[in-house]
Amino acid sequence: MADAALFEFLHTEMVAELWAQDPDPGPGGQKMSLSVLEGMGFRVGQALGERLPRETLAFREELDVLKFLCKDVWAAVFQKQMDSLRTNHQGTYVLQDNSFPLLIRMASGLQYLEEAPKHPGASPVWTLPGSATCCLMWNSARRLHLPSTNHCLQSLALPP
Amino acid sequence: MSRQANRGTESKKMSSELFTLTYGALVTQLCKDYENDEDVNKQLDKMGYNIGVRLIEDFLARSNVGRCHDFRETADVIAKVAFKMYLGITPSITNWSPAGDEFSLILENNPLVDFVELPDNHSSLIYSNLLCGVLRGALEMIRKLRYTANA
Repeated sequence: MADAALFEFLHTEMVAELWAQDPDPGPGGQKMSLSVLEGMGFRVGQALGERLPRETLAFREELDVLKFLCKDVWAAVFQKQMDSLRTNHQGTYVLQDNSFPLLIRMASGLQYLEEAPKHPGASPVWTLPGSATCCLMWNSARRLHLPSTNHCLQSLALPP
Repeated sequence: MSRQANRGTESKKMSSELFTLTYGALVTQLCKDYENDEDVNKQLDKMGYNIGVRLIEDFLARSNVGRCHDFRETADVIAKVAFKMYLGITPSITNWSPAGDEFSLILENNPLVDFVELPDNHSSLIYSNLLCGVLRGALEMIRKLRYTANA
């Protein structure tokens, strides 16, 4: 039964490590690092999804999937639920977390805004749901908004 | 009512497996990036060290243990307090050297290796080497803190 803090420590170190490896500092290198981290998150999410009982993943509709993500997955990973979930009922969802645990330890201040996108964008957690709810095809367009280092907004546009 | 109860246990289950699975994904990635096991071992140790130097503050803040008076006490605190707090296990302390400056920690149920099988071509990989790094980092920080406090 690993303590929750361990995941946070490990995650920070992983991002630092996998980011540092790429010698290419430009957008090409960044993209590579991001996709490596995303791939890891995807595998973790897939494994987690396999471990859950069948009924948990028997979602009747999209909104159930998002609710599972905001309540169960978030609670399991961050010990808190997502702060708000909004939708236009036409395939676009906005998930908002006002105190995203993986960013909250960074000091708030403009200089860190540049560093911050490495972390949530790189966070394996964003792709966890993609696999934990592997009954859906997640070819979603995701954009990450960071008005401040503690706020995280993610919009998901799901294909029809 | 039962659905709520199920939710709780699912979250807990996911939470405890998350760390194990993430660690597994990390080692897999490192094996891809580095060509030989020795380099992966070194990398895990280095990452563990970086985690350890920060983890020690979290540990001191949460555990309220006082100063250890000798190495045996340190060993006890590591096995019975630290490992219990972070990994939920209590390794056994054995193999004390005659001089009392070396001992072994044996982990019967290492949570890091749940679901893990090492293939034959990675026989010299020290899978849990991160733990060694964490211990090294944490204890080095303790030593530095001690000297600063005494100065």
